[in-house]
Amino acid sequence: MSKNDVTSPLVRGENEELLTGWGRTAPSMAMVQEPAHMEDVQAAIVHAGARGVLARGLGRSYGDAAQSGGATVLRMPSMNTFTLDPVTATVTADAGASLDEILSGIVPRGFFVPVTPGTRMVTVGGAIAADIHGKNHHVDGSFGSHVTSLTLIDGTGAIRALSPTDLLNSNDFWATVGGMGLTGVIVEATFNVIPIETALMSVDTERGANLDELMNKMIDADARYRYSVAWIDSVSTAGRGVITSGEHATLDQLPAAKRSTALVYEPKVVATAPKFIPGGLINKLSMRAFNEAWFRKHPKSRAGDIHSIAAFFHPLDGVQEWNRVYGPAGFLQYQFVVPDTAGHVIGEALARLRAVGAPSFLTVLKRFGPANPAPLSFPEKGWTLAMDIPTGVAGLATTLDGLDELVADSGGRLYLAKDSRQSPEMFRRTYPRLAQWQEVRSSMDPHGVFTSDLARRLQL
Amino acid sequence: MIDALGDPQSVLVLGGSSEIALATVKALPRNRINRVVLAGRASAALTSAVEELTHSGIKGVVTAEFDATNTASHERIIDEIFDAGDIDIVILAFGMLGDQMEFESDPNLAVQIATTNYTGAVSSGLHVARRLRQQGHGSLVVISSVAGDRARRSNYVYGSTKAGLDAFAQGLGDALQGSGAHVMVVRPGMVRTRMSAGLPEAPMTTDAPDVAKAIIAGLRKGKHTIYAPGNLRYLMGVVKTVPRPIFRKLPS
Ligand SMILES: Cc1cc2nc3c(=O)[nH]c(=O)nc-3n(C[C@H](O)[C@H](O)[C@H](O)COP(=O)(O)OP(=O)(O)OC[C@H]3O[C@@H](n4cnc5c(N)ncnc54)[C@H](O)[C@@H]3O)c2cc1C
Repeated sequence: MSKNDVTSPLVRGENEELLTGWGRTAPSMAMVQEPAHMEDVQAAIVHAGARGVLARGLGRSYGDAAQSGGATVLRMPSMNTFTLDPVTATVTADAGASLDEILSGIVPRGFFVPVTPGTRMVTVGGAIAADIHGKNHHVDGSFGSHVTSLTLIDGTGAIRALSPTDLLNSNDFWATVGGMGLTGVIVEATFNVIPIETALMSVDTERGANLDELMNKMIDADARYRYSVAWIDSVSTAGRGVITSGEHATLDQLPAAKRSTALVYEPKVVATAPKFIPGGLINKLSMRAFNEAWFRKHPKSRAGDIHSIAAFFHPLDGVQEWNRVYGPAGFLQYQFVVPDTAGHVIGEALARLRAVGAPSFLTVLKRFGPANPAPLSFPEKGWTLAMDIPTGVAGLATTLDGLDELVADSGGRLYLAKDSRQSPEMFRRTYPRLAQWQEVRSSMDPHGVFTSDLARRLQL
Repeated sequence: MIDALGDPQSVLVLGGSSEIALATVKALPRNRINRVVLAGRASAALTSAVEELTHSGIKGVVTAEFDATNTASHERIIDEIFDAGDIDIVILAFGMLGDQMEFESDPNLAVQIATTNYTGAVSSGLHVARRLRQQGHGSLVVISSVAGDRARRSNYVYGSTKAGLDAFAQGLGDALQGSGAHVMVVRPGMVRTRMSAGLPEAPMTTDAPDVAKAIIAGLRKGKHTIYAPGNLRYLMGVVKTVPRPIFRKLPS
């Protein structure tokens, strides 16, 4: 309170909010705006303060990519309209439209998004900025490869139409794909969608008794299926796991009675995680029990099961706010890719994390196909492993630093959408096309308006 | 930036040759730190502090000219440091102990330590708070003292400066609550340092590295107030309730 109408620099502003990523670690305060039109985005950029501007989607990146202390953060889901053109099989969407909303609109009309991550609660902007991948990367590549054009507001507030085929701006396009919001704010994008006959998946399941068997079966499965992924029991020393592979089910795979409702799409949220969960709920015991049960739940081998899209692609979306189960200290996801020739790194990583007792529910192994032209895109040909780990594990920092070395020495790298702790040195070493990206970025954002906590942490 | 595992990249020490602060910087996880600013008056102690930290493998250790009593300069100095990059942890560690008997015989000396320990901290602390608030994250660690918990015949001038500092820092922490910036008040007991050399040892006397450990643990847990050693909290709880006539007679 001031007698003299003075405003203190310490008083909290109206639209200020503490933001974190999905892992709920390292919060920072930002001025949050919800733009209604492109003009609002332009105005925010033109009037940017010293701490700059950053676009945020649904905050599903795990670390500090979608937050920026002291900055203006544009929460894009306030712009979320989209249209489907069934003739060209394309969707044109506001950057804030979520894959959840888009799927609800296009699946009943017989189309599916070209790439979906393990959650449908991501925006188109976030999907492009992180160049996300799905279970079909080995066949279809990442999200950016399916974008035919996008509209971006650059660091001067100017509108830019970018496309991968326009020689005048394809560099800007590819710097934006995987560019983590640092080249500008994407306001709209057009991307290809794929035709489907049903809203169901035909799923084959196979167990692998140990890591070698699992990896061999995966190589085999990749040749046969559009979608495939393996879950690994992080507690088992053998590295056993379950591979699920699938295709969009065709009409003739359904019993006749079900054909008329084949495109009905009703993903459900079945539960919400409780608001307060004490730390330490997730421990070695609960993790062991979970991993055991999950492994047993899956048949040794089964073919042709019919699953819903939600069950196959987005099982975690059934529980809202499940990220709270890790308690107040939060968690991180460690995801790396290494070339095919460095497959041994997978076993080594599992062993080292097991040794420090870093329990993981979600250990996912997948094979990537070739990289796309985006300099900061994560996927490249090889193996990718992702593990969710609570941050409280003793010795985790050192273990992960050691793994970073191993990954870098093997020619691999970490995924920025998941990263919350790698060093600037590790990042520079493993993204060799950084300089090329930085050159394009400084032409798109000459005054350095766009920045994030991740950008500051990695000096990028 | 502080990362998901709580490891900082940048540290500012106000009172750059403070042994507690240096021990804290040394005890921080090293492999992410790329900037340590030791702010203080140019002195042999400050120069050797830079050498000591650099020698122990810490990257980016530099000094900045800073005089706690020259409050007019604080805004410029602190702005310059933050303009060059975000600071994850600020340790406000300057302070003098002085000699109670000298203060009583020459009150000017008492004014000097009051200016340094209290006035200087209010001024620089507010400037730091403004910048932490602007950057939306970061911690300010304020080195207070148990001497501020209850005035003693033997060091009440010093104690009163710490009592003032402590109250200031508590309030500042409340002002910043929920802003992404955070204040942690540290109340060490007697610590074996240059400052306390030659004084008789009080119970629960510690060393700077122990205080450093407590500071780092407190930061990780997001604490607002810590004692070092931790058990002092209970001792001071008792000390504060001792009636004055008895307290006066206790050995200091
Ligand atoms: C349960 C779960 C499973 C996941 N599975 C996968 C997976 O299988 N594959 C995968 O690749 N990823 C996966 N992810 C990560 C997720 O797909 C990415 O982090 C994605 O970017 C999140 O989208 P978002 O809209 O929430 O973006 P945010 O997290 O809000 O932002 C991510 C980045 O995009 C930028 N951005 C957002 N909108 C815009 C815009 N309009 N213009 C410019 N930049 C923008 C932000 O600045 C930030 O750098 C998963 C995440 C979760 C929580």
